[in-house]
Amino acid sequence: MIRIENRNSSSRLFKFSIPIISAVVSLILAAIPLAFAGANIGEAYFVMIKGVFGSVFAVSEMLTRATPLIFTGLAAAVAFRARLWNIGAEGQLYLGAMAAVAIGTGVLDINGFFLLPIIITFGCLMGALGMVVPMALKTRFGADEVVTTLLLNFIILIFLQMMLEGPLKDPMGLGWPQSAPILDQGMLPTLLTRMRVHSGLIIGLVLAIILQIFINRSIWGFKLRAVGENIFAARHAGIGVNKSLLGVAICSGALAGLAGVSEVIGLKGYLTADLSPGFGYTGIVVAMLAGLSPIGVIAAALFIASVFVGADSMSRAMGVSSYLADLVVAMSLICVLIGGFVSNYKLTFTKQKKVTTK
Amino acid sequence: MIDILQILISESFWAASLRISTPLIFGVLGALLCEKSGVLNLGIEGIFVAGAMSGWLAVWLGAGLIGGVIVAGLAGAFFGLIHAILTVPLGLSQHVSGLGVTLFATSLSYFIYRTALPNVSSPPRIEPFRPIDIPIISDIPFLGEIMGQQTAMTWLALLMVFIVWFVLYKTPLGIAIQAVGDNPNSVDAQGLSVYGLRIGSVVAGSALMGVGGAFLTMSAFDAFFFGMVNGRGWVCIALVIFASWKPGKALLGAVLFGAFDALQVRLQTEVGAFVPGQIFLMAPYVLSIFALMIAARKADYPRALLTPWFKGER
Repeated sequence: MIRIENRNSSSRLFKFSIPIISAVVSLILAAIPLAFAGANIGEAYFVMIKGVFGSVFAVSEMLTRATPLIFTGLAAAVAFRARLWNIGAEGQLYLGAMAAVAIGTGVLDINGFFLLPIIITFGCLMGALGMVVPMALKTRFGADEVVTTLLLNFIILIFLQMMLEGPLKDPMGLGWPQSAPILDQGMLPTLLTRMRVHSGLIIGLVLAIILQIFINRSIWGFKLRAVGENIFAARHAGIGVNKSLLGVAICSGALAGLAGVSEVIGLKGYLTADLSPGFGYTGIVVAMLAGLSPIGVIAAALFIASVFVGADSMSRAMGVSSYLADLVVAMSLICVLIGGFVSNYKLTFTKQKKVTTK
Repeated sequence: MIDILQILISESFWAASLRISTPLIFGVLGALLCEKSGVLNLGIEGIFVAGAMSGWLAVWLGAGLIGGVIVAGLAGAFFGLIHAILTVPLGLSQHVSGLGVTLFATSLSYFIYRTALPNVSSPPRIEPFRPIDIPIISDIPFLGEIMGQQTAMTWLALLMVFIVWFVLYKTPLGIAIQAVGDNPNSVDAQGLSVYGLRIGSVVAGSALMGVGGAFLTMSAFDAFFFGMVNGRGWVCIALVIFASWKPGKALLGAVLFGAFDALQVRLQTEVGAFVPGQIFLMAPYVLSIFALMIAARKADYPRALLTPWFKGER
C-alpha cells in the first residue's frame, strides 16, 4: 500500500529546483494546446523564444511586462507569508492608478523632484487602503478576506469606470472613458531610448531586495513569518497578531497600488479601464512560483512575462490564440503546487498493511 | 416609493429574480456541498466559465440541450477532480489550489473557444431552453405566472435544492459528508474513507457549478461571451457563508440576491438620470460583502473546513 510520509528534511537544491522544473513542465505541456490548435509545435516554440529574446526591443518588452508583475508578485508574497489571503491586488492596483492620475494630471503643477514622490506615496496609500478595509472587516466582523478582496476587485473596477466617465475623465479625450495625460514631469524616466522599459523596474528590483532583507532579518519580518506559520503560537508568544497582520495588509496593498502607479506614470501616461490584463491575479502565480520569496519574485516575474510576450508574438505570427499564455501560467501554478507537495512529502510503498503508524 | 412597491408586487419582477438567481442556486449548492465535506472550492469562478463554454459548445456542435447540460456537468466534475486531488490526498492550500483551478478552467475555456471559433465578429447563437408551461402550476394565480416564465434549468435548480438537502440531512451518505467536514478522524474511525467522501463531494459540487455556468449560455443568453461570469462565482462563496451552510437558506440567499439584482436594473431605468449607473452595478457586490459582515460571526462553519487530513496522522 502507498503511504504519504513527511520528509523530515529536503535538500535546499531540491526545493530550489522545484519552481524551475514546474516552469519547464508547464512550457512542455503547452505543446498539447498547440497541437490542438493545429500549429507546428517546433516552430511555435521557436517563434516564442525569438519573440522574447530575439532583439533588444523584445527583451525591453519582456522587462516592461515583468515590472507590474514584480509589484503584484511581491504584494501576494508578503501577504501569503503571513497567511493573509490578499486576492485583491487587481483592485488595489487600480486604486493606486487612480491616485496617480488624480494627483499627476495637473492638480499639482510642481517640479517633478517633488511631484513624483507625492504621486508614488499617494498611490501606495490608496492601494494600502484597499487592503486595510478588508482587513478591518476581518477583525471587526470576521468576514473572510478572500471573499471580500475578490468582491472588492469588481467594486473597484466599476468605481473606476464611474471615475473615468466622471471626475477623472479627460475633457480633451473626445468622449473616450480615459483620464487626462500625466504631466511630463510626473512621468518616470525610461531606461533606454525609444524603448518602453522604464525605471519602475528599478524600483521593483530595489523593493524586492529590501523586502528580502526585512522578511528574513528584521523583527517585523520575524513576526510576519511567525503569524504565518502558526497564528496560535504567535499569539501565545505575545506577538500582537492583529497589529502584525495590519502591517502586512498595508505593505501588501501598497505594493499592489504601486503596480498601478508604475503602469500609469512609467508606461501608459494616462489611465483607462483596461490598464491591467489581470496583473493582480497573475501576481499570485508569480508569488507561488517564487516560493513566496521576494528575490524569487524577480525570477518568477521574468518567466511569466516571457510567457506572455512570447505567446503574444507567437499568436501574431501563427494565429494561435494568445490565451495560450494564460493557460501556461495557470498550469505552472498547478505544477508548482504539486512540486511543493513532492518536496515536503514522499510516497512510500510498504509491503503489508500497517495498522498503526505512529 | 410607490414605484418600488409596484415593482415588488409584479410577477415579472419575481420571474426575473428567479431567473437571475438560477446560476447562483446551482453555484451556492455546489460550493456548499464542497465546504460541507471540509474543502473550500475557489475554483467556482472558473468552473462557471468552463460550464458556460463547454455546455454552449456541445449544443453548438449538435449535442442537444440535455447533452449540453451533461457536458457542462462533466466539465465541472473534471475541474473539481483536479481541485480535489490537489487538496484532499495531497493536502495543498485550498485557497491557492482553488485559484489555480479558476485560472486553469478560465484560460482553457477561452483558449478552446477561440480555437474552435477563430475569427467571429459576433458570437454564434444556439437555440436555448424555452420556458416550460406546466398546466396545473400555471393556473396558480401569482406563482403560476412566475414559474410559467422559467426554463427547465430553473426547475432543475429548485429540484437540486431539495435533493442536496435530502442527501445531506436524510441519508447516511449525507451524515458521513457532514461528519467528514466536522471531524474527519471520527469518520476514519468508523472505517469510512475520508479521501473518498471528500473527493466525491468536491466532484459532485463542482458538477453542480458547471451546470450553473451552463445556465448562462443555454438559458439566460444564447451565446458565450468573454467575461460573462463576472464574479458570480465569488458571490456564491459569500452566499454560502450567508446561508450558514444550509441548503434552504442558500436558496433564500440566492433568490434575495437575484431580487436585488433585478431591482437595481429596474431602479436604474427609473432614476438613472440622477445617479450614475455604476452605483447600481456595484450594489450586488457591496450587498454580498454586507451579507458576509452580518453572517460571518454567527455562521456555523464546518469545523474541519480548510484543514487537510492525512491518513495515520493525528
